[in-house]
Amino acid sequence: MIEAAQLPLWVALLTAMFLLVGAAFALIGSFGLLRLANFYERAHAPTLGNTFGTACILAASVLCFSVQQSRPMLHEVLIAIFAFVTTPVTLMVLVRAVLFRDRLEGRNGMPRPEVPSRTAGPPG
Amino acid sequence: MSAVVLIWSLSIAQALLALASVCAVIRIIRGPRAQDRVVGVDALFVNAMLLVLTFGIRSGTSLYFEAALVISLLGFAGTLALAKFLMRGEVIE
Amino acid sequence: MTRLLPFPLLSAGLLALWLLLNQTLSPGQICLGGLVALVGGWLFARLGPPQTKVRRPGVIIRLCVSVMTDILRSNFAVARILLGRGNPQRSSGFVEIPLALRDPYGLAVLACIITSTPGTLWASFNPATGKLIIHVLDLIEERVWIETIKNRYEWPLREIFE
Repeated sequence: MIEAAQLPLWVALLTAMFLLVGAAFALIGSFGLLRLANFYERAHAPTLGNTFGTACILAASVLCFSVQQSRPMLHEVLIAIFAFVTTPVTLMVLVRAVLFRDRLEGRNGMPRPEVPSRTAGPPG
Repeated sequence: MSAVVLIWSLSIAQALLALASVCAVIRIIRGPRAQDRVVGVDALFVNAMLLVLTFGIRSGTSLYFEAALVISLLGFAGTLALAKFLMRGEVIE
Repeated sequence: MTRLLPFPLLSAGLLALWLLLNQTLSPGQICLGGLVALVGGWLFARLGPPQTKVRRPGVIIRLCVSVMTDILRSNFAVARILLGRGNPQRSSGFVEIPLALRDPYGLAVLACIITSTPGTLWASFNPATGKLIIHVLDLIEERVWIETIKNRYEWPLREIFE
């Protein structure tokens, strides 16, 4: 258990705010996964938790540990950097795979070169 | 006072993250096609990593940080392998 | 210098990574991290990646700031859509953008920026014609998106890499 008593109140309040905002954004992103209608829209939803949610919770962690140990604890930055570099790679490969599968199965998900289709992707 | 604030906010944040994981699992189970399930797996990995980080803040040790790092990197490799499999039907050519 | 450190930025990054993972600035760990950075740079050079020069540090900082504010703003915009507060006639779709950027590193950074921003996804890029296709969650007007991507991201990236 943390020695929370030695934390100043403003640090505790700031940490609490970062934690709650980050967790709320992760929840909204995952909720969007259930709510949106087709694959291409659903692929947008987890980005919310990946960027702002992760950043907030990492900020809470950095703040809490830095004040507790009275020296800057910056190794959480590594997770943020990895998340920024890796999430686009997975999403890009996944979207390319889905475009390839849709084209292979003859669904009209692939935008034509001249007129980008306004109705996105396959149903379901 | 600050202990109370921290414990309550940690508990609420963990509950929210657990709910987010449940949403991702529902998408994995329901997801009509394979790619929807892969997006669900990706979201599940991220939520699990955030949950582990909150456990780290709660326990006050930085050991959980390494677990979170490993989860996020495994999530990257796993999702990438699944996406590659969807495209080609095999992972290593 | 170039023989010893073929990729100075990569080596510096590896050293910083090592020191952050070990959470120390002790001389022994700096030596070990320096060794990792040197060997990592040589191994990367053996892969034969294309060379590039990074210029204009001021533009880099300005680009970082504008990317962060854009990610923050679109986080709130997408959260409003997901909670059902947005326009009920919202339509999503693909947008086609002609790019003049050709540097592979610049394109990689642009892909990271576009996909990391909630609401836009990098779908495909044709290197022969320079046509980029992105998927947009809240598509109001295609021209606005094309202008935004070209002015906010592509222009600074061309300044930096080309």
